[in-house]
Amino acid sequence: MINKTVSNVSEACKGVKDGMTFMLGGFGLSGIPENAIAELVALNVKNVTCISNNAGVDDFGLGLLLQKRQIKKMISSYVGENAEFERQMLSGELEVELIPQGTLAQRCKAAQSGIPAFYTPAGYGTEVAEGKESREFNGKMHIMEKAFKADFAFVKAWKGDEAGNLIFKGTARNFNPNMCGAANITVAEVEELVPVGTLDPNHIHIPGIFVQRIFKGARYEKRIEQLTVRKRDQ
Amino acid sequence: MSLSKEQIAQRIAKEVKNGYYVNLGIGIPTLVANFVRNDIEVEFQSENGVLGMGPFPYEGEEDPDLINAGKQTITALPGASFFDSATSFSMIRGQHVDLTILGAMEVAQNGDIANWKIPGKMVKGMGGAMDLVASAENIIVAMMHTNRAGESKLLKKCRLPLTGVNCVKKIVTNLAVLEIVDGKFKLLEKAPGVSIEDIKTATEGDLIVEGNIPEMNL
Repeated sequence: MINKTVSNVSEACKGVKDGMTFMLGGFGLSGIPENAIAELVALNVKNVTCISNNAGVDDFGLGLLLQKRQIKKMISSYVGENAEFERQMLSGELEVELIPQGTLAQRCKAAQSGIPAFYTPAGYGTEVAEGKESREFNGKMHIMEKAFKADFAFVKAWKGDEAGNLIFKGTARNFNPNMCGAANITVAEVEELVPVGTLDPNHIHIPGIFVQRIFKGARYEKRIEQLTVRKRDQ
Repeated sequence: MSLSKEQIAQRIAKEVKNGYYVNLGIGIPTLVANFVRNDIEVEFQSENGVLGMGPFPYEGEEDPDLINAGKQTITALPGASFFDSATSFSMIRGQHVDLTILGAMEVAQNGDIANWKIPGKMVKGMGGAMDLVASAENIIVAMMHTNRAGESKLLKKCRLPLTGVNCVKKIVTNLAVLEIVDGKFKLLEKAPGVSIEDIKTATEGDLIVEGNIPEMNL
């Protein structure tokens, strides 16, 4: 067994530098690497590029890095919930590349899989296609999209073992598995870190080969963005 | 009387057939789930990674690890599955989802749709909308016929940045049900109490009105 465990988040983030490109898992605030984000804020790394479906909210998630002006560029599909983000973007302080959500996922997966580029119909005929090669397949137009290149991928899983094997929970899975192994170093934080042999190999979502460092997150706030419930009598 | 948002959803629910996998966008489309007949089998897909999405949880049973694409807390029905984002968009791009219902800021008579950006004013992003409209074979747009300023949202040509080209098949608004046929809006049904004249006035694009136009059956 190759042991991937590191003792804490600062050891997990060793090597993080100004100007790097990070991938961060999560959809909205669900499944975000809360502990790694807190550490990036504490380290105060500057001029970073973040590849993440969303940009958090004003006071949580990637919103914390935005508040401190640590992010130079965001690559996302949807950023609607963050007023500070919108302000920085419209004023030109923040560079933003908005791309279709499926394209974002596939560009991660392509990087993970050693596929340099692929064709997708998403965005053909729109401003997303500007400057990109387009080609017809089966009578339909597609555009070429390239695999991402990133220095670190920060992902969050539910359970993991010392070998870096990961299991996700519910819709907190989202982009996390696609980002594993898609950057030079993948850092996984988990709610439960168990010894090898504890997890059933049949239930592993991401094999440890895609993970370089794993640690147990010190705490999880797991904030809910849109609490929506129904009454008992309905 | 033009339809309320709930009534638009109610009308669209009639388009949902037995055995369909359906993706619902944010806004009016989300309401469609409330009106689907309960004697048919339908599964709702949410692009953040769940198939077999159920109703909102009971108070106190919400789970931060279980949300829909609108980031609302949800439940999963028996038979549901969870998956990663790339798999989710394999379902969408691979045309495994039967029906996509989404909102729009503008629709053009050639089937172009714009719903993600107002330059200089509002930039929220396209989310999964570009993937959905580029690949889905069956797309219904749910929207109000006019914007808050009273201007038509059914245009000859979209003015806002596009989300997709030549993709919309059907539109259900507070005034009418329309289909895109030969680069024009063909009127299929009118809302109860709404006249054809009202619909013509509210439609900037070319409108085809043929024969007797029935009232919507809600």
